[in-house]
Amino acid sequence: MMRALTLALAVLIALPAAAVQPDEVLDDPVLEERARDISAGLRCLVCRNESIDESNAELARDLRLLVRERLVAGDTNDEVVSFVVDRYGEFVLLRPTFGGSNTVLWLAPIALLLLGGALSVAFIRSRSKSTAPTEAALSEDEQARLDEILRD
Amino acid sequence: MIVELGHFALILAFMVAIFQMIVPMIGAHRGNTAWMAVADPAATVQFLLTAFSFGALTYAFVTSDFSLSLVVANSHTLKPMIYKISGVWGNHEGSLLLWVLILTLFGAMAAWFGGNLPPSLKARVLAVQSSVAVAFFAFTIFTSNPFLRLETPPFDGQDLNPLLQDPGLAFHPPFLYLGYVGLSMAFSFAVAALIEGRVDAAWGRWVRPWTLAAWIFLTVGIGLGSWWAYYELGWGGFWFWDPVENASFMPWLIAAALLHSAIVVEKREALKSWTILLAILAFGFSLIGTFIVRSGVLTSVHAFANDPERGVYILAILAIFMGGALLLFAFRANVLEAKGVFGTVSRESGLVINNLLLAVSTFVVFIGTIWPLISEMFFDRTLSVGPPFFDAAFTPFVFALAAVLPIASMLPWKRAKLARPMKALLPALILSLAIGLLVWAMHTGKTVLAPIGVALSVWLLAGAMVDLWSRTGRGALGGRFARLARLPRADWGKSIAHAGFGITMFGVVTLTGYQVEDIRVTQEGVPYRVGPYEVELLQVDENVQGPNYITTMAQIAVREADGRLNDVMRPERRFYPVAGMPTTEAGINNGFTRDVYVTLGDPQQGGGWAVRTWIKPFANWIWGGTIIMALGGALSLSDRRYRVAAGAAKTPPPPTGVPAE
Repeated sequence: MMRALTLALAVLIALPAAAVQPDEVLDDPVLEERARDISAGLRCLVCRNESIDESNAELARDLRLLVRERLVAGDTNDEVVSFVVDRYGEFVLLRPTFGGSNTVLWLAPIALLLLGGALSVAFIRSRSKSTAPTEAALSEDEQARLDEILRD
Repeated sequence: MIVELGHFALILAFMVAIFQMIVPMIGAHRGNTAWMAVADPAATVQFLLTAFSFGALTYAFVTSDFSLSLVVANSHTLKPMIYKISGVWGNHEGSLLLWVLILTLFGAMAAWFGGNLPPSLKARVLAVQSSVAVAFFAFTIFTSNPFLRLETPPFDGQDLNPLLQDPGLAFHPPFLYLGYVGLSMAFSFAVAALIEGRVDAAWGRWVRPWTLAAWIFLTVGIGLGSWWAYYELGWGGFWFWDPVENASFMPWLIAAALLHSAIVVEKREALKSWTILLAILAFGFSLIGTFIVRSGVLTSVHAFANDPERGVYILAILAIFMGGALLLFAFRANVLEAKGVFGTVSRESGLVINNLLLAVSTFVVFIGTIWPLISEMFFDRTLSVGPPFFDAAFTPFVFALAAVLPIASMLPWKRAKLARPMKALLPALILSLAIGLLVWAMHTGKTVLAPIGVALSVWLLAGAMVDLWSRTGRGALGGRFARLARLPRADWGKSIAHAGFGITMFGVVTLTGYQVEDIRVTQEGVPYRVGPYEVELLQVDENVQGPNYITTMAQIAVREADGRLNDVMRPERRFYPVAGMPTTEAGINNGFTRDVYVTLGDPQQGGGWAVRTWIKPFANWIWGGTIIMALGGALSLSDRRYRVAAGAAKTPPPPTGVPAE
């Protein structure tokens, strides 16, 4: 009885569609590849952190179909993306745009590299110029202990 | 009864932790040996009490004690035993208890194996470690108590999330926690050294094994998580740059930087304050990771803090420990005098570059992870930062690291000339360029990154071998092989870990650049070609009963081009009735040079099934390289000099010096 019930349940609850469906795939392989590229950069709005290309959600499927529709209608990749962004906002873009406050995001790593690089160069130079300070920090006992430990 | 005892033991451990946080610290300050010495038994007792408490919770899960609300929410009588046990840490409260258990285990291990430390340093390390434990005991007991009872226990539980009912994920969290929490030892050592005001070669040697151990566990933990994502989530991705993944990746990167800079402290007494700072930051990133995972702030940007109370609490822990440690650092770093003098071209400089690149890579991951939050809070822009950003911003630094690594790792200490390692590395350079060009010539992918990545991986792999071989000196081949076997394990560990990095990188770039995908509706018994293989859906069995799920299982044959049967794969679509959740199980034919990966989709209206097939080149190399990296770390950890240092108090090494084996 229990088993029959669970079986019935299993049939009733629709399993999710698994990402890109065969019926979505465009006949033109070039267009299809462009569609996949665009899809990988668009966020599925109802999912946790997935692109519409990977997602099983209904909304993601709708968006995938929309992207393909626009491509078939002759839009360029950029036009398709801005079409989607106009409707759903900047949040759908998995690759943040360059500009405005996002400049900070894109340039911060390079800035840090330059800053860290300058500091490193300064440090390495100071090390190669300075002379070794005199050994005085350790007491005799500690020195003996250290020697014992460091002896390989 | 046992549950109550466990609850009681947890509270008692909290009390012991408070005691251990205060008394040894004062003892060390006043030079009171008895007060310092009390830290040792306290650390042991703290661990035993927490272990008992964890055992009690495990007992409740194993016996399906549904009077505990945690067991009800995460277990079910029908669940296989292994998942009853892993269910203990498959939830917030239980995993926090595991966190604390490992924290106290590390504290106890410092007490057991720290006989070599100066008494005052040891007392301070244990006191700092215990202060971290106090914070997390309080967090567990006051906001996330796993021992809460229900007044009216239900007949059965609500089952563990089916995605977590998997061997890869059962052992993923314990390894990750061993890594996260292992970094607390580096933190405790750093803070204790700042209080002492002294960092010397011996300190570098003490702190390195802990960091190395933590890094090994993180490596294995991240590898397991990535492997799980690959075969379980159903489209064969291995890394998604998800905030939760990044949370574990940032401590790993910083720990990698730390264990390299600790070498400089140990061998050359330079980079001291930087190493201390790294040790503090490494644990800081562990805490940030804990915050990201447990507060729910970043999993979904819109649900700001799923659980505000918990998020705020972790944020407070983070602020207190990072703020305190960094303040201490600001005041005390100037007493850490650098001693080692080295030339512009030297191993030291090479390790500075290593640290620079790893630190910037960590920063890339960090800023990408928190940017949506910053942007929304300060600029009023709701946006996403996804894989395209990380791929673009992270890859250059890893490539730079890979390009520099083989040369820098062969430079001698103090003063070096580039010509010598370059001469030794010339064959490796030619080989990698040749293979890179070959891939470039055959290359059908869209990106130029793949051939560059392949060349760099070969460069890393060959460079690691040249490095090891060059350690055997000159002379007859036989003598060199004999010396190769006698090289210190640290040398072997270094080369193996670097080679592992190359292997993982090779897997990542080839899989990303050259995978083949096929999506179609197929009828049973109609073969079709994917890449060099012939694939055929043989049959589909619907509604097969599993232990606690119902499954639709397909049999899909994959044949070589000549028609020879390679394998029959069995992808599934499972449904877990208790949790009401479907999952997909991919069918994977593992191979040395490629995986064939199939998933079963929906039955189609006009008959037939949707089937997705991928040929994923060198997929296994990603995790193979990860294991090899961890193995290299373990070899290095077992090097004689750590054992000598650890056991020196009891058995002084014989003066003649015996080979490591």
